[in-house]
Amino acid sequence: MSTLIKTCESVGLNWFVPFLRLAKRDNPNEQLRQILLTIGVPIIAVLIFLGAWSWVARNVKVSFGSLPGPAAVWVEAKNLWADHLAERKKEADFYKRQAERKKTFLAENPTGEWKERKYAGKPTYLDQIFTSLRTVFTGFVIAAIIAVPLGILCGLSKVFNTAMNPFIQIFKPVSPLAWLPIVMIMVSALYNPKEPMFEKSFISSAFTVALCSLWPALINTALGVASIDNDYLNVARVLKLGWWKKVRKIVIPSALPLIFTGLRLSLGVGWMVLIAAEMLAQNPGLGKFVWDMFQNGSSQTLAQIMVAVFTIGFIGFFLDRTMMVLQKAVSFDGAAIR
Amino acid sequence: MSHYVEIANLTKIYPTPKGPAVIVKDFNLNIAKGEFVTLIGHSGCGKSTVLSMLAGLNDITSGGIILAGKELSGPGPDRGIVFQSPCLLPWLTAFENVMLGVDQVFFTASKAERRAIAEYYLTVVGLGDAMRKRATELSQGMRQRVGIARAFALKPKMLLLDEPFGMLDALTRIELQQVLLEVWGRTQLTALMVTHDVDEAIFLSDRVVMMTNGPAAEVGDVLEVKFPRPRNRAALLEDSQYYTCREHLIEFLNDRAQRKPGLAHAA
Repeated sequence: MSTLIKTCESVGLNWFVPFLRLAKRDNPNEQLRQILLTIGVPIIAVLIFLGAWSWVARNVKVSFGSLPGPAAVWVEAKNLWADHLAERKKEADFYKRQAERKKTFLAENPTGEWKERKYAGKPTYLDQIFTSLRTVFTGFVIAAIIAVPLGILCGLSKVFNTAMNPFIQIFKPVSPLAWLPIVMIMVSALYNPKEPMFEKSFISSAFTVALCSLWPALINTALGVASIDNDYLNVARVLKLGWWKKVRKIVIPSALPLIFTGLRLSLGVGWMVLIAAEMLAQNPGLGKFVWDMFQNGSSQTLAQIMVAVFTIGFIGFFLDRTMMVLQKAVSFDGAAIR
Repeated sequence: MSHYVEIANLTKIYPTPKGPAVIVKDFNLNIAKGEFVTLIGHSGCGKSTVLSMLAGLNDITSGGIILAGKELSGPGPDRGIVFQSPCLLPWLTAFENVMLGVDQVFFTASKAERRAIAEYYLTVVGLGDAMRKRATELSQGMRQRVGIARAFALKPKMLLLDEPFGMLDALTRIELQQVLLEVWGRTQLTALMVTHDVDEAIFLSDRVVMMTNGPAAEVGDVLEVKFPRPRNRAALLEDSQYYTCREHLIEFLNDRAQRKPGLAHAA
């Protein structure tokens, strides 16, 4: 039970701990108070928010009818889910029909050549979510591959850090909307294979995400490496470890907690940037979904955009939590050693 | 006396905005092979500076150090160091901490031989059962045991101990002094230790070198400790000579550390 409590705490499920303690009959009054505080208060806050939202929705008129309230948004969310299921069914039916046709075709002319066709339905809302996730991860991995080694060099060498500093300071505040046209032009110029593995819009979005999410990882890695305990570096000096071995055995492990802090911030930035990038690059993810809904301006438009807003929020929260768990897993208790 | 370690006119001067600060001035000391020498003095007298110059972690302003016929420059694994805080890498286990150095020094040995070296020294310091534990899971005393094992496992030419038991409680300190003496007795390494604990100095060393207070610290007095080895703490405490030694050191630390150095004196 106590290990379960620890696990919950380490993965950020702190609100669940009082329930476990309650089950253990560990000071029930205190646990009930904790539950009220950690769960009751947020629930009340959410209810107040929903009430205020409904009130505003009823009283504000927009160009296409009234502002959707929570109920309308919920209905739309269910519709999107139903659409997804319907689309999947259609797809399955298509392949089933194709398989049957193939059978009859081959029975009639056994030497004939059968051409398989791919189902060409429109992407559903869930497909779009997965496209977004794929894009943000690609961008994030590119950013990490560039930022962490550069950050380590910055942290180890004052000269290199001074050389990098102007670029970091100038490029860090640049908006994704400014990077995107440059990236798109570069991608068009450089990526022209005969059978493209990736869409150009996907590559453009991913690189824009990478360019914007590079900086927190770079800066935190550099900080983590620069602030390594001198005692650890003395160990390397006394043992005469080579440069590469020193980096691998001492620098990276001791900077790992801050490297992960940087990566966590980077992923957060990347997810925020992605939506804007997808809107402009027309990468078929959540950003494009929002843009298309905005363009078609039907009566459900606003409600669907709000579904997207909540989806984006929840996924961002989930990504942050995942990184937090990873961050905790690699952190050693540095303070306890001395 | 053959001079295995020769420290000649060792001087450390830090430049400061108010002019150069002389920490150690013309420090001279010779150590025979297999001898255990202790530097004793008040806090901040520069004894740790001498040690870290020997370790190569602190630049020498002037003077020089010769170890086994070679002048020292920079740090190296030929000197095993036990720091006041053990400086273990917290993300590694006790065994891996020792192996890091062993792999580096005995790179020609086979993997099995290297593991055997690390395991041997960890067992000797009493960590046979705990060597797979992470450094963060060990108590302060156990960490210092790892520190001792790490220093000896490199089979260095010389051992440097910088207040190795300074951060431990009294009981653990006595325990670890015993551990250190045992390992040291097996290897007969030449050792230089810095401490401000009078009893520790007498119990462990062949010679106690007293340093005058800084600035410009130098050797103030030298005391030979001639108790036979292996030493037994209980027997030592019954020997009247022990108290003569103790008196001598305390008297120096109380009165004479402030003054100009006296002549070398043997108890």
